Formats: sequence, structure tokens, C-alpha cells
Amino acid sequence: MKLSRQEVLHIALLTHLGLSEDEVDRLSEQLSNILENFEILQQLDTSNIPPTAQAIALQNVVRDDEVAPSLPQQQVLSNAPRRDGEYFRVKAVLE
Amino acid sequence: MIVNHPTIGEAHRLLLKRELSSTELTRAILERINQVEPKVHALVTITDELALKQAREADRLLASGETSPLTGIPVAVKDNICTRGTRTTCSSRMLENFVPPYDATVAEKLNAAGAVIIGKANMDEFAMGSSTEHSAFFPTRNPWDLSRVPGGSSGGPATAVASGEAIYALGSDTGGSIRQPAGFCSVVGLKPTYGRVSRYGLVAFASSLDQIGPLTQDVTDCAMVLNAIAGYDSRDSTSVPYPVPDYTQSLKTDLSGLRVGVPGDYFVKGMQSEVETAIQTAINKLEELGAEVDREVSLPHTPYALAAYYIIAPSEASANLARYDGVKYGFSSQDAGSMFEAMEKTRQFGFGDEVKRRIMLGTYALSAGYYDAYYLKAQKVRTLIRQEFDRAFEKFDALITPTSPTVPFKIGEKIDDPLQMYLSDVCTLPVNIAGLPAISIPAGFAEGLPIGMQIISKPFAEETILKIAYAYEQATEWHKRRPQI
Repeated sequence: MKLSRQEVLHIALLTHLGLSEDEVDRLSEQLSNILENFEILQQLDTSNIPPTAQAIALQNVVRDDEVAPSLPQQQVLSNAPRRDGEYFRVKAVLE
Repeated sequence: MIVNHPTIGEAHRLLLKRELSSTELTRAILERINQVEPKVHALVTITDELALKQAREADRLLASGETSPLTGIPVAVKDNICTRGTRTTCSSRMLENFVPPYDATVAEKLNAAGAVIIGKANMDEFAMGSSTEHSAFFPTRNPWDLSRVPGGSSGGPATAVASGEAIYALGSDTGGSIRQPAGFCSVVGLKPTYGRVSRYGLVAFASSLDQIGPLTQDVTDCAMVLNAIAGYDSRDSTSVPYPVPDYTQSLKTDLSGLRVGVPGDYFVKGMQSEVETAIQTAINKLEELGAEVDREVSLPHTPYALAAYYIIAPSEASANLARYDGVKYGFSSQDAGSMFEAMEKTRQFGFGDEVKRRIMLGTYALSAGYYDAYYLKAQKVRTLIRQEFDRAFEKFDALITPTSPTVPFKIGEKIDDPLQMYLSDVCTLPVNIAGLPAISIPAGFAEGLPIGMQIISKPFAEETILKIAYAYEQATEWHKRRPQI
């Protein structure tokens, strides 16, 4: 599976990684090489095999909705890069 | 110190007899860190003040008789396990200054047991890697040969234990990240069953695969640490409400009646011959100890596990790491620009090469048009691998394989070739795909470099694994060797 530069740029856009031109070139080659090796999976017939999302048998884990203490607001905000009083401060989404 | 480099068991006995105080033991460990840390670089943060405070508290507990086997014993914690008030970096620039406002459940459990946390241990960034060279801060060096890697991603924890900077450590294992470095550093490393230990407060990498476990100097210590950290936790919805046995009760030296299988598919092309010889010799030893060994086991889907893993794990990672947007915590680019430009600059600077590679790979595998061919296909192959293990465990109590196909490799040897690096996990990652428990224990050396043996069993059969590991350890001397640094 050879990834085109166009495809890599599209994925890069989805990931918001801000890749440089050099990184796009390098990743085009490395990801193509990795995906080529993953072609091995196509050898297996999985048409009647259900997918596994996780390996243990737990399903639909629920609990009662009970009021319990949570972290104080000041602690929740303690790692915020930018804050404004009781809020996280973000850049404008709509110009 | 009265004993050099004591195990948890030895230190615990000395503490109970009052022949050693936790404060003395902690000071000796900090002294050792001063000596060897400039050579091995295993620790991102040394928490000396916290450790001495916890040691004084432990000495009070010991005086009052309220003790557990971990009371007063110095431990290193992998730097992706949240410790309240102590920065938790994941060895990433993204979290370089992140100070968690809460403890992971395992950290709470250590604190409740009176443990002494001496530091946060280095790792591949966000646990993505097999050599600890992907740490954004510095590579950790193998204590057996400083020009070689300690394995990864828990290279810091494994090195800290092997070089005497900690009596034991906690790591995390998503595709081999406890077992492979344990093998490379000649210590004991256990990945418990998925659901056995709470991951609450473990920084998420691949949520359907991640598990926390101990790295220790011997199997007895492993059982003691597992006793302390296992169990149900309502804050981790994947943790399983099964009772926790006393794992030290499973440490027996007679393996009569145990059925052990050796899957030939794990002795892969390109495996180092000394590794194969050492593991075959170890299997003969298990037979001497009473185990019934079948050397003709076939697990034909094994060659597909690597590809399935490196689709599933990066896919989950790409979703988990979407949270690093520079808003709530972590690095944030303050350069002028739009919200999206700021986010891109944050992630561009905050993440290293391997993390970016995996986010790209995972995003691709999940993206429209490729989801069925990659992600869904990998999940179906995951089913086939699980079913194959299920069938094997109808006939066998445990499977024996090498932990890694080679001894520790040179620093820099695989850093530019991601696929070669991924192959280092070829024997360990099928275990995570199936959610199984597995251990790596010391099983020999090739020209002074450690070789690890992996013992795999069915879900929640940690006792079987510990029994086999203990019997082998008691019949051999490998675990007594220490690196000269």
C-alpha cells in the first residue's frame, strides 16, 4: 500500500499535528512501508469472524448514579495553560 | 545498609526486626541513585523529599505494628502513573510540567500500604516504543551494558530495579512494555490479566490493551506487589470484580501435573540462536521440575499478531491523544493565531516523532474508506488470535516462549527503522491482544547480556504463572546476578 503525499496531507489535517514538509515526506515513506507489511492480514479469511473490541467478557458496566465528591474547581484548573477566573480560557472558535 | 540491594522480602524482615529503619533504607537508596543515575538515566523525577517524609511515616507505622509487606520499602513508579502533587510527564514535552491533582488507584494503594516513592521512572514517550529512546528527555541505558537499550517502554522502571535505584517498580504494558524491558534487564516483570489491576490514573495509550504491573527482583516480590495492587475499582469500568487471592500462596516448587506447551511459532525467523538455546534449556528444567512439556504446539495465527497490534494500538492512541489540545492541561503554544493554529503548534512541539507516527497511522486506519480494510480487519484477526489461545488453554496450563527474539540491542540501532523496532515486541504483543496474563523472568545470559523467558496463561491464572516462575527461579541462579555499575 503506497500512500500518496496527498493522502498523508489529508491525514495530517485530521490529526492537527502541524507537520512540517520534512515530516510529511518522511512519514509518507515510513507509513507506506509499515502498511505494506500489514498487507499480510489480507491473507486471512475473516468473512464470518466477529470483531473483538476488548478481550474480557464484561458487558454494559453500569452503576447507580450517586452524588459523590469530585475534585475542587481550583484543582481542576490548576494545570490550565490559560484561565480566566473560574474558566479555561480558549482562543475564539468563531472569528 | 546491612544487606546490599535487598528484595522486598529481605527488607521487610529487616524492618520488622528493627535491624533497619525505612529512613536508613531510603537514604541508602537515594545514595545509590546519586551514584548510578548519572550512568543509567532511569529517573525523570527523583522525589527525595517526599520519599524521606514517607519513610518517617513508615517508621511510625512500623513502630506501631501496622505494617504490610510494602511498608517503608522504596519504589519507582513509571511516569505515566498519576501521583498527586508530583509531576507526571509520560516522558513527553506535552506533559513536562503536568502535576496531577489526583492519585492513580495503584498510587493510592501504595500510599495506603506505607510505601516510599523514590521517583518517577523514564519511558518511551506515552509508552510508545521498545527501547526508551523515544523519551523526550533522555534515553535510559541498560545497566548490563551502558551502550545498549534497557528495552521499553518501561525501560526506566526495569533499569531502576536492576541497578538498585529502587527495590521494585510499577510499570505499564500495552504490547510488552513491562515484560520486554524486564527481560532486557534481568528482572521479573508481570503483565496481569486485562481487568486485574485498575488503570484509573494511568495515562491512556491504547485502552483495550493497557495494563499496570510490577517489576521486581524476584518472583516472591512480584506476588507481594500483585497482592497490593490487584482488585476491583469502580473508577475503571474494565476492572473485574473477582476476589484477589493471596498470590504468595501459589509459590510452590513442584510442578507435577502441570501441562506446559511450547509454541514453535514464537521461535521466529531471525531469532538469536543463544536466546533459543537458553529458552530450550529452561524448558528442560521445567520438565525436570515435574511439568509435562509438549514441544509441538502450533499457534498458526501468531505471525499476524504484529500487524493486528500495530493497527489496533495506534488507532486507540490516535483517539486517546486527541485530548492534548493545549486547553485544559499540558503544553500550550501561546503564539498568536487562530484556535486551530494554536492547537497545531501545541501538538507539533508537544509530541515526538514516534507519537506523531502512531497518531498518523491510527488516524489513517480509522479514516473513511480504510476503516474496514485496516481497523475492522485487525479486530477480526484479534478474535482469531483469542480463539487460538482459548483452544490452547484447553490442553495446557501455560505456554512458554522467549520474551524477546534478541538480547538488548545497541542504542541507535533501530531508532530510524520503526518496523525493526516493532519486531522487538513480536513475542509479547499477542498476549495483550488476547488480554492474557504473562510474566518475564531471568533465564540466562549471552555474553553478559540478559535473556528473558515468558510464561503465558489463561485469564486470571496469575497463580499458575507465579508457581511456574517461582519453581524455575528456585532451581536456577540467574536472578541472583547483578549488573556491575
